[in-house]
Amino acid sequence: MLAVTTDPSQDWLLTLFKVVCVFAVVMPMVAYSVVAERRISAWIQDRIGPNRVGIPFTNIKLLGLGQPLADGLKALVKEDFTPAHVMKVFYWMAPAIAMVPSFVVLAVVPFGSRLGEQKMVIADLDVGILFTFGVVSLGVYGIVLDGYASNSKYPFLGGIRSGAQMISYEIAMGLAVVPVFMLVGKLNLGAVIEYQADGAWLLFKQPLAFAIFLIAIFAETNRLPFDLAESETELVAGYNTEYSSMRFALFFMGEYAAMIAGSALMVVLFCGGWTLPLGDYFNMPAESLGQGLVHIAVFLAKIAVFLGLMIWVRWMLPRFRYDQLMNIGWKRFLPLSLANIILTAIVLWVLNS
Amino acid sequence: MAATRQIEVRDTAASSVQAMDELQDVQGEKMTLNMGPSHPATHGVLRLSLELDGEIITKADPDIGYLHRGDEKIAENMTYTQFIPYTDRLDYLAPLANNVAYSLAVEKLLGIHDKLPERCQYIRVICCELARISAHLLGIGAFAMDVGALTVFLHTFTEREKIYNLIEALTGARFTTTYTRIGGLSRDLPEGWTDELAEFIREVIVAIDDADKLLTRNKIFVDRTREIGVISREEAIDFGLTGPNLRGSNVEYDLRKAHPYLVYDELDFDVPYGEMGDCYDRYLVRMEEMRQSVRLLDQCLAKLPDGPVNVDDGKIVLPEKQKVLSSMEELIHQFMLVTQGQDAPAGEVYFGAENPKGELGFYILSRGGGVPYRLKIRAPSFVNLGILPHTLPGHMISDVVAILGSLDFVMGECDR
Repeated sequence: MLAVTTDPSQDWLLTLFKVVCVFAVVMPMVAYSVVAERRISAWIQDRIGPNRVGIPFTNIKLLGLGQPLADGLKALVKEDFTPAHVMKVFYWMAPAIAMVPSFVVLAVVPFGSRLGEQKMVIADLDVGILFTFGVVSLGVYGIVLDGYASNSKYPFLGGIRSGAQMISYEIAMGLAVVPVFMLVGKLNLGAVIEYQADGAWLLFKQPLAFAIFLIAIFAETNRLPFDLAESETELVAGYNTEYSSMRFALFFMGEYAAMIAGSALMVVLFCGGWTLPLGDYFNMPAESLGQGLVHIAVFLAKIAVFLGLMIWVRWMLPRFRYDQLMNIGWKRFLPLSLANIILTAIVLWVLNS
Repeated sequence: MAATRQIEVRDTAASSVQAMDELQDVQGEKMTLNMGPSHPATHGVLRLSLELDGEIITKADPDIGYLHRGDEKIAENMTYTQFIPYTDRLDYLAPLANNVAYSLAVEKLLGIHDKLPERCQYIRVICCELARISAHLLGIGAFAMDVGALTVFLHTFTEREKIYNLIEALTGARFTTTYTRIGGLSRDLPEGWTDELAEFIREVIVAIDDADKLLTRNKIFVDRTREIGVISREEAIDFGLTGPNLRGSNVEYDLRKAHPYLVYDELDFDVPYGEMGDCYDRYLVRMEEMRQSVRLLDQCLAKLPDGPVNVDDGKIVLPEKQKVLSSMEELIHQFMLVTQGQDAPAGEVYFGAENPKGELGFYILSRGGGVPYRLKIRAPSFVNLGILPHTLPGHMISDVVAILGSLDFVMGECDR
């Protein structure tokens, strides 16, 4: 059994309510990060980007903020085509398996301090980070299964690439955060944030770990420069070549949800979560409703910064080759993160003795 | 007790087949991957059948001809002038340069290639160099896109758009220019066009520098292209590569210097060449060639003389319409040119021009009259692609797109 803290006020009804709320916030975030991606890429590439769709049936354009509605509708009404040569059950399962883990990760992420009596986290696990890594790893099954089920060569190569890539980067990612927990002393993500209150962000204490974790997140989410699984100029569309309609959109949403989950983890682990080094109002758990909402807003703003970074990087860099990517993962990041662990241990030992 | 042992002697053929099967199990199966003809990285309709061992290519077999239109045969059924529009569709990224190369070939046949007015020659050089910049901008953009940097592509495309605007003002069409005529040009430069060109030159230098900043020292880009698709000096010559692909392999050969045509010998420019002949060298050569083209354009604008743009020969160039309506001789010339074409002498002629992709050559066999008996197009893309089966094996799938991008071919020209 996972050790859920037994807070008597935290009954299942409230938890369910929080799940719904988180879902209601994350889904629009996914939708709007797609719009942000399109607008920012257009801005980088000297184009205009989607700026037409506003409120349906009116002339109000709102800078194209209605675009997700149009995108979603389009994905839904497109023909949902299943090629004859696929393995149907796996083919149908794969998009869901690719998408769900990204959302499940968010269950243990503290997205605010408290609102009233409630801690702003769905499941306040003492083994939060272990749970996270366990669940994130499941994401790879969606893509590998898809490559297998599509029964077609390009998705097959994409699936294999993705499998190898995600497994190797997970190790670097896992090892990168070990020093964080050596400093904090607990695996609970809430405790990590407490440790970082009043500005002692682990970003500054563990820059190397942060760098490795950041890059590993890029690889985990299959984003450029690590989008080898999809690499549209080599593998046509990689693992989702055979998909259309809403099933394709599910992969897409999964990718963006994974970006949000990855950003949230980076914010929690390295950038102080919902805290800001601007005095007690931003550092202590909230006492009023307004303060609690401000904390949530701070957290979301930090996520937005990381999402912006990911989008920016995607449109600026070329893509690695498969063997280069594996070299970086195994030959650079793995030794570096191990060295970082040893270094941290020595420093801690010297300081404590 | 010494008993005779029975030895089973198997059929040798069967045993060797079995041994092969066992070997196959050890080596693993090879996968055949069909790349193209509609694949994002094959730039048109090239088809490659790749034999893969994991991600490593063991055999590559290019399959061309999906865009074959029979241009050479078509040429035998029309006058020399009528074929000019078909040259637009060879290397459709640099139609102006094709027009010039073809016209020069026919003029060589007619023996008037050294009688072209100065102004015509300068304008033709401007056309060629504009086309070169346009083609290289796309080549580099597409190359960058193939290795994953989509942004460069869109930036270079913005610049090409400006070139298209210039071409539209010059020829009336953006893509299918058909600008040259046998013995001259379809029209002189429009008013104010040189100023627009001067402004474009200033802008394109900035754009080239931008692309340079995004790629040349980008670690990922260099890793993806350095020592990939190496074509040695000897191989490049053996396979008959021309253009930037040849010069990338450390061969300093440029038709504009080696066999100067038009006024290239009066202009000052350098021929860049690479060291080891990998994708990165070919990229650098193209970058530098664009800068040299800008230099050439600058000089042409400064030196551009006044005067006529067509040779003064009524048997070659169409007369003015006003004169056709008022003068008997011009009327006859007009009639003969339109119905019979230029009366070329019997003989054969080859002319190769340094086009953006390499040496675009036209071989014309004439038996007299206004129609070629045989017209052969030496398409640089076709020859350059010949090296693929030699270069690709040993590389990974990701390198295929880098190599294809760096060879910068156009299937319209390859398949003709």
